[in-house]
Amino acid sequence: MVKKNKSSLRLKLSLFVIILFFAVSILSPLLPIHDPYRIDLESLKKPPDIQHPFGTDNKGRDMFARVVHGGKISIGVAIIAAFVSGMIGFIVGVTSGYFGGRFDAVMMSIVDFVLSFPSLLFAVAISVILPPGIYTVMIALSAVGWTSFARLIRSHVLTIKTMPFIDAAKAIGCGRLRILLLHIAPLCIPISLVMMGIKLGGFILTEATLSFLGLGAQPPVPTWGSMISANRAYVLAAPWMVIFPGLAISITAFCFNMAGESLKTRYEFDKNSRV
Amino acid sequence: MKALPGDPVLNLIGERASPETIENIRKEIGADKGLAAQYMGYLGLLLRGNLGRSYYTNRDVLTDITLKFPNTLGLALAAMFIAVPAGILLGFMAAKRRGFIDKLIDTITISGLSVPVFWSAIIIMLIFSLKLRLFPPSGTGDIRFLILPAFVLSIPALASLARVTKTVIKDILTLPYIATAKAKGLSSLRVDIIHVFKNAIIPIVTIIGLDFGSYLNGAVVTETIFGWDGIGRFTMEGIIKRDYPVIMGCIIAGTVIFVIINLITDVIYHYLDPRIRLHGEEK
Repeated sequence: MVKKNKSSLRLKLSLFVIILFFAVSILSPLLPIHDPYRIDLESLKKPPDIQHPFGTDNKGRDMFARVVHGGKISIGVAIIAAFVSGMIGFIVGVTSGYFGGRFDAVMMSIVDFVLSFPSLLFAVAISVILPPGIYTVMIALSAVGWTSFARLIRSHVLTIKTMPFIDAAKAIGCGRLRILLLHIAPLCIPISLVMMGIKLGGFILTEATLSFLGLGAQPPVPTWGSMISANRAYVLAAPWMVIFPGLAISITAFCFNMAGESLKTRYEFDKNSRV
Repeated sequence: MKALPGDPVLNLIGERASPETIENIRKEIGADKGLAAQYMGYLGLLLRGNLGRSYYTNRDVLTDITLKFPNTLGLALAAMFIAVPAGILLGFMAAKRRGFIDKLIDTITISGLSVPVFWSAIIIMLIFSLKLRLFPPSGTGDIRFLILPAFVLSIPALASLARVTKTVIKDILTLPYIATAKAKGLSSLRVDIIHVFKNAIIPIVTIIGLDFGSYLNGAVVTETIFGWDGIGRFTMEGIIKRDYPVIMGCIIAGTVIFVIINLITDVIYHYLDPRIRLHGEEK
């Protein structure tokens, strides 16, 4: 299934940038940068210079520090949401693929139900019910995201189920649960991990959009999306307040998508199953 | 919906209102009843084809949605008008050419999928309306108001369409009948149009239909930023003001539209592919 190709350089490069961004944002409290919450009324809306490489915002806070700190939430939420979606999708996909029948039918109609909503509207609907904050964003992202995992893993299980070694396992008297847990589930782990990588770019963007809509982490906590939303009004006077957080989102999402694309070609995802 | 923070009544009349006023308004919008009663009340309204009234304007939500829908549809169609030809062309070029052009188009399309719509909207507005003053920054109206939001909305759709087109056409190009057509001595333009494109159009149309959801998603943000008076901005205003009938109405309307578009796509798909049609008739 694994096919080597030349895309591994792109993969490595994207992974390098992602890891760099994430490491810097996680280690941000230890780095010698400004305090992202410190309000400095002496230097409002200063254009980028050596002291403030990304300029300052309308409260005199250092934009570079805010962008770096914002990455923690923006990337972290997306990764956790991808992981949770993957877990839910994995459990649903494996069980409904293996047991089939009525259980499968019910589970797949739930998947179809969720997919019949435009995804952002569905996430918005969930975020509106719960109090705004990062957990709400995680729940909203996972509530939409698990469906594509479930579908993919289910079809994977259906293929595995017909393989001779499953018959062999049955023949030596393995129980259904044993086959499910020890023979089928482990074979679905790699494909789930690859899928998480592929979906992460999308999760980053949706997280940013929900934050932009004011449904995510609340001020003064910086996230890339909420910074753009808050600084929008000053775009003409101080464009750097909007440009840099947006660049951070775009570059991160681009690297995730690039890495996902390489993974897709590498693991030869079925082109007909829209993932 | 009642569980959420922010009280619509307090939002509506401010915090200094007298307790009696608050109580009266609560009664009027039915917030004094229990959660289950509110829910059943809403379901009852829904069954009668009524989406309730906005807490703020007291206007009928369904009427507002029908008034704003043509604007959103116009915007979506304008965006499709940009995205469909450009996306197919880009995908086609990427599939036919190897090497540099293919890689360049790949990078462009992945970027298109990676840049958040709300950011590109702000940046494009900054450049074209505020700096260059070519287009009005916001509002609803003639084509000058339409161009920027339609362009922004078309970016992600264009990118995903180009990617799908590329995959589909690459697959078709490897099939034996293309080699046959070339061997017959047909001009390459003829092969491209009659043999490649005609077969590619089926999956492409499906994707255009399925992606319609992404137009609806993008419309929430794009319409808000460009002040386009459609369903997307209506949803956003509802969220900000915690105007639940509006939020619910918009989400339901958006979903219904999405499902109808998918249905239409299924029907078109059926007509475009003779194999599916024949299969259906045999039954």
